[in-house]
Amino acid sequence: MAKHHIETTVNGDAVEFLCETEDTLLDVLRDTLQLTGSKEGCASGDCGACSVMLDGRLVCSCLVLGCEVGGRRVDTIEGVARGQTLHPLQQKFLEHAALQCGICTPGFIVASKALLERNPDPSETEIRYWLAGNLCRCTGYDKIVSAVKDAAVALRKG
Amino acid sequence: MRYEAPETVESAAALLQSTAGARILAGGTDLLVQMRGDVVDPTLIVDIKRIAETRTVTEEKGGWRIGAAVTGAELKEHPRLKNVWPGVIEAANLIGSTQVQGRATLGGNLCNGSPAADSVPALIAAGAVAALAGPRGRRDLPVEDVMLGPRRLALEPGEFVVSFLLPPRPPRSSDAYLRFIPRTEMDIAVVGAGVSLTLDAAGTITAARVSLGAVAPRVLLVAAAAQAIVGSRLDKPAQDRLEAAARAACAPIDDKRGTVEFRIHVAGVLARRAALIALDRARTA
Repeated sequence: MAKHHIETTVNGDAVEFLCETEDTLLDVLRDTLQLTGSKEGCASGDCGACSVMLDGRLVCSCLVLGCEVGGRRVDTIEGVARGQTLHPLQQKFLEHAALQCGICTPGFIVASKALLERNPDPSETEIRYWLAGNLCRCTGYDKIVSAVKDAAVALRKG
Repeated sequence: MRYEAPETVESAAALLQSTAGARILAGGTDLLVQMRGDVVDPTLIVDIKRIAETRTVTEEKGGWRIGAAVTGAELKEHPRLKNVWPGVIEAANLIGSTQVQGRATLGGNLCNGSPAADSVPALIAAGAVAALAGPRGRRDLPVEDVMLGPRRLALEPGEFVVSFLLPPRPPRSSDAYLRFIPRTEMDIAVVGAGVSLTLDAAGTITAARVSLGAVAPRVLLVAAAAQAIVGSRLDKPAQDRLEAAARAACAPIDDKRGTVEFRIHVAGVLARRAALIALDRARTA
């Protein structure tokens, strides 16, 4: 069986790749496109470490097939910073020490960015519910929630 | 393993019929997990998301038609659905995390064939009808008749769910869905209860449907529970009759998430609470 030839957009760039049917979008991002920021935690949609945006919608890339994304728009953690300038969320995660081992962090940043784009001033409850699909075994979440709140303030100020 | 993403219902049905071991891909939140766990090993994946009918929400004959592959997140953001069918929308939005909501669909939740599927009791209570397409054409099937048992559906070979039709809503109608889980978020229902009802101008229930999930091999439409409250204003005796009828319909399993005794008890409690929420919503609908 020939591989699928897929043309898509990743972080604003036109990209093409070959994949097998069973390859997930996460497999393609990490192993084919060398975009290794998205992490594989559980490979079953439970941990959120592989979170990406697909056509502007937050999804787990481990639950998307690579061949599904033809003609669609994929945005990953690699597209969050602007060159050497960190996104306010990334900056605030550093300032609040909202990470330890760092495996969950790309997923948290992508998911938090999706939240703040929809809701620039979320309550703590809204933040915690939105991020309930992102698991962190190091921080206990409080520092992450603080970082997201602080980033929201920074983004509202512009 | 082949992958096809047909753009018409007819070509999807032809693909499904021609290939033994084909599986439908909608949101993939069950299928991809089952593939990863070697529970299923399809020869062909038919992605139905490029068929426009599966991806749209439209008004039809005073009701609403919801494509089988519309996601939970899209349902939540729809400007009008949650006012007309708050129970259906809250049930769909209970499934999984934000990420899962971005992919999970009503069609997939039904066709995964789990008796604990959250959106199914709400759809059954709503009187939703599944629009099926297959090699022999199209037909409609009430949602309560789609599932036969765990992982077993009443669909013919090659048949799939294209959309759901939610019926027109009379004035003073509403619905609600509640489930019990041992934690606050993202778990599988130990019991689920959906109730839809209509009131007359005096506040008496003139029509009702009650559905229970996770208390039998399939999601149940409990006619006796609906009869227990029709003609009442859901006063205490009617609530007691509803609880008793809901419990009488249960035939649950014992497992680590709930005993038979607990599930039967909770089914009555949730049916009553869901009915009270639906009643409250119907008064202002």
